[in-house]
Amino acid sequence: MGLHCGFCCTKIRNISVQIGKKEILKDVNIHIHCGHMTVIIGKNGAGKSTLLKAILGEVKHTGEIRFKNKDADGQKIRIGYVPQKLNVENSPMTVYDMISGYTSNRPVFLFKSKKNYNEIKRHLKDFGAEELIDSKVNRLSGGELQRVLLALATMPYPDLLILDEPVSGIDKNGKEQFYKKIDELKKNRDLAIIMVSHDFEYIKQYADDVIMLDGKVIEKGKPNDVFSSKNFKDTFGGEAIC
Amino acid sequence: MLEYEFMRNALFAILTVTPLFGLVGTMIVNNKMAFFSDSLGHSAITGIAIGALLGVTNPTISMIIFAVIFAILLNKINDSKTSSSDTIISVFSSTAIAIGLVILSKNGNFTKFSNYLIGDILSIVPSEVITIFVVAIIVLLFWLLFFNKLLAMSVNTTLAKSKNIKVKLLENMFIILVAVIVMLSIKWVGVLIINALLILPAASSRNISKNMRQYHLWSVLFSVISGILGLIISYYQRIATGPTIVIIASIIFFATYFLRKASED
Repeated sequence: MGLHCGFCCTKIRNISVQIGKKEILKDVNIHIHCGHMTVIIGKNGAGKSTLLKAILGEVKHTGEIRFKNKDADGQKIRIGYVPQKLNVENSPMTVYDMISGYTSNRPVFLFKSKKNYNEIKRHLKDFGAEELIDSKVNRLSGGELQRVLLALATMPYPDLLILDEPVSGIDKNGKEQFYKKIDELKKNRDLAIIMVSHDFEYIKQYADDVIMLDGKVIEKGKPNDVFSSKNFKDTFGGEAIC
Repeated sequence: MLEYEFMRNALFAILTVTPLFGLVGTMIVNNKMAFFSDSLGHSAITGIAIGALLGVTNPTISMIIFAVIFAILLNKINDSKTSSSDTIISVFSSTAIAIGLVILSKNGNFTKFSNYLIGDILSIVPSEVITIFVVAIIVLLFWLLFFNKLLAMSVNTTLAKSKNIKVKLLENMFIILVAVIVMLSIKWVGVLIINALLILPAASSRNISKNMRQYHLWSVLFSVISGILGLIISYYQRIATGPTIVIIASIIFFATYFLRKASED
């Protein structure tokens, strides 16, 4: 635990996305090693969520996404995803129901599988969310929901973890806990992480690399380098980072 | 009342089809598809009209074929996000009704088909009950095999794709099943109110359920109870069965709604 194997990496090469006649993304290249966190920033409409959707195969794109580990090149990559929002309004779905829906084939509407229930509970415990297993998903606080979604995205542990603005609208304490957990996952589970976020204070503390998008990559590098660039200051203002 | 064959047929049909409506309705409500299924019901008018043009005596097949094409096309155009969902569904729905009515009203023949608007459960024959029973088994198997995946898709489709769920394929399979169930039941429930039978039991169940198992159980129970009570009351009161079923389902909805309100206060 805590060691980077240093051999596996995800290569995102020349990703371009065109919707109708409009080019949303052009030639995006990202190279992520396991145990590294890359944060994507950019103004609204810069193509951040489109890039994540391209990596997830949800929007048509050109270019390639390859995963390589020490045994093989071009393996099918296992991706974990933490979405921005869920359609759970008024739903009677519990945390167990939701996670079971994504991870098991035993029909959730018919019975509760004891084995599956215990397995989910054990996994939730790693995220401090064990007591939430029977709670309705729509009753969870923002911080609780993010812990549950992180647990879901890591069942099973993926090669690449993708997070789309996971902590927007969560209080400072919740954010702190969330970033610590992500950092722990990155180090202990050797995950490659791509996150869209605008919590510059936390990005500075936890990210290994930052990529700034505006239809294409306009800045990339260590957080401090990107944050001191002209592009960053023009977009977010010089006071964005305290 | 069970000494009459038509009443026995009607009861069998209700006992087969109402659990299906309760079951499938849970996912329609989860996915906020009430408007979609309503429009699907309206498409039956065109299906019936096409059947009439082709000169068939039983338009069920033409209704099913048209509804399946209608549902898949509507879903596809809806996905392209060129306009908001409710606008596209409205356009499809009104076009289907208009085309159907134009064809059916030709030569002043519309009254012949007006039964489809409010339905007539007493007209059901044993071969139709058997067809519904076979479809019920297919739906049940589909639910056992794919419910978890449908649930995952309803929560977040991108998340479902990240777990390697074939979202598009399952989505189409689901709407085809809904189209078939709706078309097979239109004749006895009626175009005007069929959607209420799909939505009300699940919506009522949502008001009082604490998990997915309760959600399904109550939805199926509410649907079956509304169906049986509706049949009995309509028989003795000599009123249309479909609307009576819907009124009972609505009473259950309001009762559970106030129950929920009371428990929240």
